Amino acid sequence: MSRLVRCCQALCAAAALLLSACAHQPTAEVRGTGDLGIVIERATGSVQIVDHSRQTSLGRVEGLGDLSHAHATYSRDGRYAYVFGRDGGLTKVDLLARRIDRRVVQAGNSIGGSISQDGRLVVAQNYEPGGIKAFDAQTLELVSEVPAEYAPGQFSKVVGLADVSGNRFAYALFEAGEIWVTDFSTPAAPVTQRYPAGKQPYDGLVTPGGRYFMAGLFGEDGVSLLDLWQPGQGARRILGGYGRGEEKLPVYKMPHLRGWAVADGKAYLPAVGRHEVLVVDLTTWQEVGRIPVAGQPVFVMARPDGRQVWVNFAFPDNAQVQVIDTLDRRLLTTLSPGKAVLHMEFTPRGEHVWVSSRDDNRVTIYDTDTLQPLKVLPAQAPSGIFFTARAGRIGF
Amino acid sequence: MDRTLVVHVLVLLGLTGLGVVTAQAAGPEPARRAELVRMVRQDCGSCHGMTLKGGLGPALLPESLAGKPSASLVATVMSGRPGTPMPGWSRFVNEAEAEWIIQRLQEGFPPVALGAGS
Repeated sequence: MSRLVRCCQALCAAAALLLSACAHQPTAEVRGTGDLGIVIERATGSVQIVDHSRQTSLGRVEGLGDLSHAHATYSRDGRYAYVFGRDGGLTKVDLLARRIDRRVVQAGNSIGGSISQDGRLVVAQNYEPGGIKAFDAQTLELVSEVPAEYAPGQFSKVVGLADVSGNRFAYALFEAGEIWVTDFSTPAAPVTQRYPAGKQPYDGLVTPGGRYFMAGLFGEDGVSLLDLWQPGQGARRILGGYGRGEEKLPVYKMPHLRGWAVADGKAYLPAVGRHEVLVVDLTTWQEVGRIPVAGQPVFVMARPDGRQVWVNFAFPDNAQVQVIDTLDRRLLTTLSPGKAVLHMEFTPRGEHVWVSSRDDNRVTIYDTDTLQPLKVLPAQAPSGIFFTARAGRIGF
Repeated sequence: MDRTLVVHVLVLLGLTGLGVVTAQAAGPEPARRAELVRMVRQDCGSCHGMTLKGGLGPALLPESLAGKPSASLVATVMSGRPGTPMPGWSRFVNEAEAEWIIQRLQEGFPPVALGAGS
């Protein structure tokens, strides 16, 4: 009997401890994360946690290292952002507690990363040392790595990493001119297939749904296309006219392909070095049109419903954003969100878009229907904006 | 004429001359320098990294540039490097500005002042 009493007393004490611990959590409010996101502040190594329903910043998390080129991917529950920094830092940020959950420095020079289909592995793509590394998504412990050693002693920078089905990751090797697909079904023993792709692939993406991996080529014209449903067929060249063409124009910033816009059976993609957005038929892979724009496009992004495509530009035309109506492929408007527009992110269903202006230290929220600014949020040299809706998308 | 006055005038003239020479050697005006620093950090930085430790393009730190002739580095800035993604920047900087940038890179590039419209 006395034992039972002692046991009860111990339980009560434990419960009291737990309650007091809960009371000290910073998250007083019980809430979901479906309308949260982060804004990268590239010069200060910080991120702002934002709420796109209330259009406000909830707070700032600091100490993420060099974010001069940063990318983020999300845990499948949308609670944690994995932020990949230029200095090889991989930081797991808790959006609810608004603090760093874990952080590792995993390489000397990194460019981004992605999360596996099952949500258990976070994979970083690195320039130095060239290759990819897989981490346990919970603990950030290294699980395995695939060095991009394409010839004995020769390592390549890895670009365009994308998660695809079957816990596989597709990516391109800049120096090697190859596309690699690594299968992490057995996380500690990944299996890699190699496919010749063409000269100097500089970025890659998977099409919505994840069937095709495409790598833009810098060293020659065209795009390398790998059908991930039939990878044994190898990568083939499409869009022979895509690239810098006969007259090699200087390219002041590499276009990002990740925002590749698909709308109404057509893809809209940035021309390389030219002031044009190209329109490509997705059944024939033939170019079917070109839309003149204000500068060299960097991101060409479709509103989630596909009706609009938003475009930002490389230096020196980077104070503008242009909007294209995909129904008749004409320019709807030219906006001036501020100096050095680096990124845009749509709300999950596309009624708003958030636009970062690095040199005016602000993020502008636009209504995509009226094309009018709704609100301006201050941010320190903002670059990438990443909403948690990415958690459920292939290739993000 | 008072000899001391002559000496003063001569000294002043000499100082003015010295000032002109120093200004030429120092390169661009302060406002333009700030623009160039921002351009190198932000726009060159999109390939070489904002900290210039390298990215798709090579590192531009003093130790990585050591032993490379300044003239060829200036030529790379102005005309680009064929066979690589490095474009020529002669649309945006003149030869003297490119030389100033290379000198700064060789000795350790200045930071962009935070919040100052950077």
